[in-house]
Amino acid sequence: MTMRIYVPSDSAALSMGADAVAHAVSAEIKSGKLDAKLVRNGSRGLLWLEPLLEIETPQGRIGYGPVKPSDVKAILAAGPAGEHPLTLGLVEAIPYLANQQRLTFARCGITDPLSLEDYEAHGGLKGLRRALDMAPADIVKEVTDSGLRGRGGAGFPTGIKWKTVLGCEADQKYIVCNADEGDSGTFSDRMIMEGDPFALIEGMAIAGLAVGATRGYVYIRSEYPHAFAQMIRAIEIARAKNLLGVTVLGSNRIFDMEARLGAGAYICGEETSLLESLEGRRGQIRFKPPLPAIEGLFGKPTVVNNLISLATVPVILAEGANHYKDFGMGRSRGTMPIQLGGNIKRGGLIERAFGLTLRELIYDYGGGTYSGRPVRAVQVGGPLGAYWPEHLFDVPLDYEAFAAKGGMVGHGGIVVFDDSVDLAKQARFAFHFCAIESCGKCTPCRIGSTRGAETIDKIMRGERVVQNIDVVKDLCETMRDGSLCALGGLTPMPVMSAMEHFPEDFDRKPALPAAAE
Amino acid sequence: MLGKDRVGLAKAWDAAAAREIAEKLKDLEGPLLPILHAFNEHFGFVSDEAIVLVADVLNLTRAEVQGVVGFYHDFRRQPAGHHVIKVCRAEACQSMGSEVLAERLERALGISFGDTTPDRRVTLEEVFCLGNCALSPNVMINGELHGRADEAKVMALVGAGQ
Repeated sequence: MTMRIYVPSDSAALSMGADAVAHAVSAEIKSGKLDAKLVRNGSRGLLWLEPLLEIETPQGRIGYGPVKPSDVKAILAAGPAGEHPLTLGLVEAIPYLANQQRLTFARCGITDPLSLEDYEAHGGLKGLRRALDMAPADIVKEVTDSGLRGRGGAGFPTGIKWKTVLGCEADQKYIVCNADEGDSGTFSDRMIMEGDPFALIEGMAIAGLAVGATRGYVYIRSEYPHAFAQMIRAIEIARAKNLLGVTVLGSNRIFDMEARLGAGAYICGEETSLLESLEGRRGQIRFKPPLPAIEGLFGKPTVVNNLISLATVPVILAEGANHYKDFGMGRSRGTMPIQLGGNIKRGGLIERAFGLTLRELIYDYGGGTYSGRPVRAVQVGGPLGAYWPEHLFDVPLDYEAFAAKGGMVGHGGIVVFDDSVDLAKQARFAFHFCAIESCGKCTPCRIGSTRGAETIDKIMRGERVVQNIDVVKDLCETMRDGSLCALGGLTPMPVMSAMEHFPEDFDRKPALPAAAE
Repeated sequence: MLGKDRVGLAKAWDAAAAREIAEKLKDLEGPLLPILHAFNEHFGFVSDEAIVLVADVLNLTRAEVQGVVGFYHDFRRQPAGHHVIKVCRAEACQSMGSEVLAERLERALGISFGDTTPDRRVTLEEVFCLGNCALSPNVMINGELHGRADEAKVMALVGAGQ
């Protein structure tokens, strides 16, 4: 029987040499030594093991990793029953993966991302088929009842947004997927686009049926060239197989979509900037109201959702709102794909119900720092998220619990720092980043970010430290309360949290005159 | 596409070819960014002539087009070097020493971020997140991502293709 061998084509795997490994596998197959077929899957999210090679057996898939091209011959010669130093055993039994609750990522790394047959064989299209038999208001209700909240960071209930768009009368409505995943420490959107793109397409089609939109766009950041190329291929396949088009899955319903490329502007992850960019303008934010749900893309009612929110819709429709809602805690229902990165031994994608703690993530899953030094700080929620010290590691991952401690879950990225980190430098970077990426529309963000970086420079030089810390606090208050969007409004979060939790890093002394010469 | 942001693969300005590209894309909803991306890729950068031409095709003012070109980091106003190194300088990579890597690359190449070597071999750019935060520090060289990057690895990659 032909054996299936898997080598991911996910960017993380490619960045560690997966193409060369795949090439070595192909060479072995071509040499006629084994009867096998190479599949380029997505990533399982066990990123420290990439490139992770898997061999299918009747008992399950046996993993090897991280694999170098020079290991391939010996791995394949030994076969899945043999011994090899890189053998990880059954991949599904690796605790990092076994201890997850994968709903959104149920197929990622398992299937051939561009095989619609594979997608369907693993539960795909079930949600869309059900939605095709439902009234639009019932689809919206199902999503509302599931408790799904926007996974981009704001956590706004997805169903409520959809209901607003459904209630609008218009000749054209749009579904826009925000795949401008710019937060450092996040990569879940990329993994879905590369590893299970049909999940997004199905989710967008369901959203279209729910609100009466016939066109969709997925706006992908240009730093993700592989994801963009993969989405284009997947959309073409979906069109050829009637998942998209004028007869969605043979029905009389219309939905089609396009992938569009960003151009290197972090601000375009803000929904109104994204719409401006899609329309072909500078990515400057719009005043709200009107909400995009009422006047969005080209002035038409528009659902703008994060990629993970949309890619989660199929499983909600397939399994029902209650199935999804039964995961989680408080008002944070369902699961969260958490991305563990930075200075971490075992970084990767961990999808779990809300409620687990940073401590579990960093130590049980992550195994502590990559450098082997003590963890000193983590930043959760991207560049606009708070820096937290170890004494906050037991706060459960939950939108409200994090907010109560001055932090945010955001898009679920966790960046770990060891004890070599200088939090004054990190606070300065937060201002600097805001200055680079500010769209320039409002003054607190445009000017405040530069003044903030300059003031932290003074603190780091030991100039009038106490007074300058007050200036930074005052500036942060102005930016938080006076900025038009989250970039200026949340830049104070990393700055203030760094000053609050790591005051010793800001307690600088002036350089001695002799040393300053 | 995208991987080809190298001057060696870019073509010299050709107004007829440019107009053909723009005309082919102009009926998209929101055609400006797709056209600018296509120019950036085909010619290696967005020239003054390109701005005039796209303004004409889309019936926009030159100022409007120039404003859009200037807003986005991706649209080059001059050709890049043969190799483009993008070094991630965002938080996850910082936690793994990207700032040390950035300084070393500046020193090894003798240029600052945003510059091209005098022999036009290498352009050094900064980027904020390449989406590979569990395998930091990251660099992207000619559109290909490299995790766990260090100076030796990067210099070998741009040296090998000269």
